[in-house]
Amino acid sequence: MDFGSINPVLLIASLMVASTPILLAAIGELVVERSGVLNLGVEGMMIVGAVSGFIVTVETQSPALGFVAGALGATLLSLVFGVLTLVFLSNQVATGLGLTLFGLGISALMGQEYAQLRTPTSPRWEFFGLNELPVIGPILFNQHPVVYLSLLLVVGVWWFLKTTRSGMILRAVGENHDAAHSLGYSVLGTRFAAIAFGGACAGLGGAFLSLVIVPQWTDGMTAGRGWIALAIVVFASWRAWRVLLGAYLFGGISVLQLNLQAAGFAIPVELLSMSPYLITILVLVIISSGRGRTGGQAPASLGRSFHASG
Amino acid sequence: MTTPLLRIDGLTKAYPGVVANDDVSFSIGRGAVHALLGENGAGKSTLVKMVYGLVRPDSGAMTFEGKPFAPNNPQEARASGIAMVFQHFSLFEALDVAENVALGMENPPPMRALAARIREVSETYGLPLTPERLVGDLSAGERQRVEIIRCLLQDPQLLIMDEPTSVLTPQEVEILFETLRKLQSEGTSILYISHKLEEIRALCDSATILRLGKVVGSADPKTTSAGELAAMMVGQELKVPTARDHTLGDVALEIKDLSVASPGAFGTSLRNVSLSLRKGEVLGIGGVAGNGQDELLGALSGEIRAPAASILLEGDRIGQLGPVARRGLGLLAAPEERLGHAAAPGMSLIENGALSGWLRRDLVSRKLVDWKKARTFAEEIIETFDVRTPGPGVAARALSGGNLQKFVVGREILQKPDVFIVNQPTWGVDASAAAAIRQALLDLAAKGAAVLVISQDLDELMEISTSFAALNEGRLSPVRSAEGLTVEEIGLMMGGAHGMEVAHV
Amino acid sequence: MIRLEQRAAPSRVWAYLTPLVAVLATMVAGGALFAALGTDPVAAIRTIFWDPVFGEFAFYYRGQLLVKAGPLILIAVGLALGFKAGIWNIGAEGQYIIGAICGAAVGLAFYPMEARWLIFPLMVVAGALGGFLWAMIPGVLRTKFNTNEILVSLLLVYVAEQILAWMALGPLRNPEGAGFPGSRNLRQYESAANNELIAGSGMHWGVVAAFVAVIFAYILLSKHLTGFHIRLTGESPRAARFAGVNPTRLVLFCLGVSGALAGLAGLFEVAGPSGQISIDFNVGYGFTAIIVAFLGRLHPVGILLAGLLMALTYIGGEAAQATLGLPAAAIQAFQGMLLFFLLGFDVLTNFRVRFGRRAMV
Repeated sequence: MDFGSINPVLLIASLMVASTPILLAAIGELVVERSGVLNLGVEGMMIVGAVSGFIVTVETQSPALGFVAGALGATLLSLVFGVLTLVFLSNQVATGLGLTLFGLGISALMGQEYAQLRTPTSPRWEFFGLNELPVIGPILFNQHPVVYLSLLLVVGVWWFLKTTRSGMILRAVGENHDAAHSLGYSVLGTRFAAIAFGGACAGLGGAFLSLVIVPQWTDGMTAGRGWIALAIVVFASWRAWRVLLGAYLFGGISVLQLNLQAAGFAIPVELLSMSPYLITILVLVIISSGRGRTGGQAPASLGRSFHASG
Repeated sequence: MTTPLLRIDGLTKAYPGVVANDDVSFSIGRGAVHALLGENGAGKSTLVKMVYGLVRPDSGAMTFEGKPFAPNNPQEARASGIAMVFQHFSLFEALDVAENVALGMENPPPMRALAARIREVSETYGLPLTPERLVGDLSAGERQRVEIIRCLLQDPQLLIMDEPTSVLTPQEVEILFETLRKLQSEGTSILYISHKLEEIRALCDSATILRLGKVVGSADPKTTSAGELAAMMVGQELKVPTARDHTLGDVALEIKDLSVASPGAFGTSLRNVSLSLRKGEVLGIGGVAGNGQDELLGALSGEIRAPAASILLEGDRIGQLGPVARRGLGLLAAPEERLGHAAAPGMSLIENGALSGWLRRDLVSRKLVDWKKARTFAEEIIETFDVRTPGPGVAARALSGGNLQKFVVGREILQKPDVFIVNQPTWGVDASAAAAIRQALLDLAAKGAAVLVISQDLDELMEISTSFAALNEGRLSPVRSAEGLTVEEIGLMMGGAHGMEVAHV
Repeated sequence: MIRLEQRAAPSRVWAYLTPLVAVLATMVAGGALFAALGTDPVAAIRTIFWDPVFGEFAFYYRGQLLVKAGPLILIAVGLALGFKAGIWNIGAEGQYIIGAICGAAVGLAFYPMEARWLIFPLMVVAGALGGFLWAMIPGVLRTKFNTNEILVSLLLVYVAEQILAWMALGPLRNPEGAGFPGSRNLRQYESAANNELIAGSGMHWGVVAAFVAVIFAYILLSKHLTGFHIRLTGESPRAARFAGVNPTRLVLFCLGVSGALAGLAGLFEVAGPSGQISIDFNVGYGFTAIIVAFLGRLHPVGILLAGLLMALTYIGGEAAQATLGLPAAAIQAFQGMLLFFLLGFDVLTNFRVRFGRRAMV
């Protein structure tokens, strides 16, 4: 077998790119879940982000505006989820599923006239020639700006949850919404903000997919990445830096299997294509069984509706 | 004491179907300890929620330090100098002590400084606390310390305490009272909410008594007898349950060296619990909340499986059996949490009757439920135990606490248990319903059943038990005859003062 | 200020009304959506909801109604059992695919032997078994390792789709198919075909199975002890454990039944309306069935009606595509919208809306 055709440096550089949509979606969902809300609509928000970003980029010829539009489109959708679950107290699991189904439909509808088009590519950053450095050059100093943004978001979320008062209130709301309410904190306000942030992140991830990775619009192009982002939040035990680890691990597997497909190994293509999903399941099993009877560090109010009865 | 610190004038608050507070007025002087006395459901909690800014009154007004006072939210109340210790703690288990304290303060200092302050104040008042520990790992008494420290750090003018002693041993109550008297001497006013008369007589200068949302009187608790206060609170003479004389039979239930892990992340595991329970006996198990009560009930009801030989029913090993098999053998149980454990909130009383009664009352034949029979069973419970409800088709959550509790206890008793385990039979239940439930337990024992009552209400246990033991951190004290036990001894069985000390200043 | 007040007991009136109100609201909002796309909203709504049943070509569409409703109802009935107990199998699409593959594989294995009495029943068993086993993966992982069944069942859909592609291109490919992907057409194989029972009615064995499933689920939920335990678990898991319900067995039961029913739906589809295993065999019935289950209020009879209605939107959507040029994706968005409205209006079942200033913070 010939592994020589797979260049490890390019592999790492490209796995960072491949992981970015999932990383963005997962870091957003992490904040949502820490506030006590389970939004299963990540897949739907990502795809709406992908199509909104693509359309705006085609129309304006500006990838930057496209990313903004992707984030905004998905945020809008996430607010539908917010209104239904927080105000109308609908079941979070069912509403999240609805969000995904609706998102897949509406995105196909929005994008049908854009299917064969291409967008201008946004340049990568090149850090004054540092990108010429061997090995670390292509990995660290020659990436798309949104890749750096995603890393910044991971650090930012970690810092926000760990050190800021707002972050502490968000954790408190996710842990025990009744107590947070009786101390005078706005449960709904906190959760709306978290849901909107989660929507924006998922939309950004979707836009990165349609503008950078593919870069094209096709129906259902997120192909389960939203669900994998949800799995990564569980894998990460609701911790920011472990989301990074999980997303890059998954990205690594995807890129590797694509490379193996391209290198023409004697493994059925379908088996390679399903490997990321199988490995995600495997990792979920290992994580959840290792956690034992305590049930892990899931926020205690996760998925429960809040209604101030007082 | 010319102008009172807080004046409450004609506060009214109505909820659908019930007026929680009806034209309530009273005032609290500076440096006074004022009691708010009333039964469950009298409207005490609603009243203090209005003072704390959680609920806005429909009408009426308050003045605080001579100025009009109408807080829109707890932040405003705290900024004015009001602090509150909640009955059901407002704490976050997965956050540490310092974070919990910070969340209850308006302008907390940076975390490191706050941790130092927590250590300092907790030492001063004899309430030792480690700021870095997770609240989920603390005992109920320690959790209350977190709440109290959180209040003290804000130097409040008015401290509201909602039923603070229900989670404390008698020794801990003494220490709490020392702390409160200390605060009083420093000029802090305290609004003390309770239905325990002796506590109020020991601590408070004045008392306002609420019944069904209305002020029915005020009294000086130091000069008014407990009986008079009780009469004002309940509004009628209470029937005290009577135990009939009966002799104890053979051992019905035996627990041998039972150790089980708690299913909850922050629960208390049972450690080497042993006891034996005889026919006709009422064994009372005391202890502060969170010391393994839920786990003991779970292990006996069959929800938590145990090694087969650690639980013996009439000599047979049943530790490994599930709830249904145990019911078949005559071991029945009623858990503490009525809504969501003993009963399903959204289901009708008919369905809730069948929930545990289908086996012994023959409501199922060939796996099909006979709903006509189930309705008859529910009606029988309602009739026999005087459950106030429009009918058996009503959802469990529509019943008041007392009525649902009568239904739950009645459901088990009508299945003629040989051994009956009940946790907190009268928690949050009004006095007349509580008396009826206690009487039912005594009658059951008189007919020869073995009864095990787990309760945090020591007065209740003293009233109905023939023998007594206490749970402390998952261990059970030796069982003693209830006759001649002093409060002091009971307190020590419950774990004494748990390392608390009297305030140092 | 508007506020919600919990009802003492769920409102029966609203429990029945909510789906109707949601359908009406969806028509209004959907009409607005179509108008935004430049289609006459009234014509679009009429084409989708009225013409297939009462219009000129109703004789054709009415048959299609059962063809589409059959798998939706069959899958949704199974899903509803789990949803009622708080067990979320959202991977019915995968179980549907695997059921179809297993059933078709058994049928094709006998080709060209003619023995309908043996082959077709064996296919039915294989289809149900395939779906059952595929659903047992999340079931066993949940009960043994406490792994989230929502994520596992969903991720397995993507795995199933890859298996489908592999089967269509590889092991099950028609050897006489001139290299085209896809299996032999089972409808042309007498012993394996699931053809219409009454010509033009759309009635095939899958529709019969759907009706039988509705009846069984109805009896199970209203009379049977297991059904009582399913409802109890959904209402309050802790009370269910107190009652003596074994959570492990309940999870496996709910996932197993829903998987088997989804597998059956796949088998009846592949042997009937679809005819062959191909790469694009699955069209999302497993996901739409989730909407059907909720629209039917997780009640078997409700699901029957909801399945017919949803089938109508499929057929009407196709008609609108042909006559009005409405894009195919519009109907998917339309169905998603329906679920949103349903979930939103559902609040009225458990809460009362109050207007006025008696509100709190």
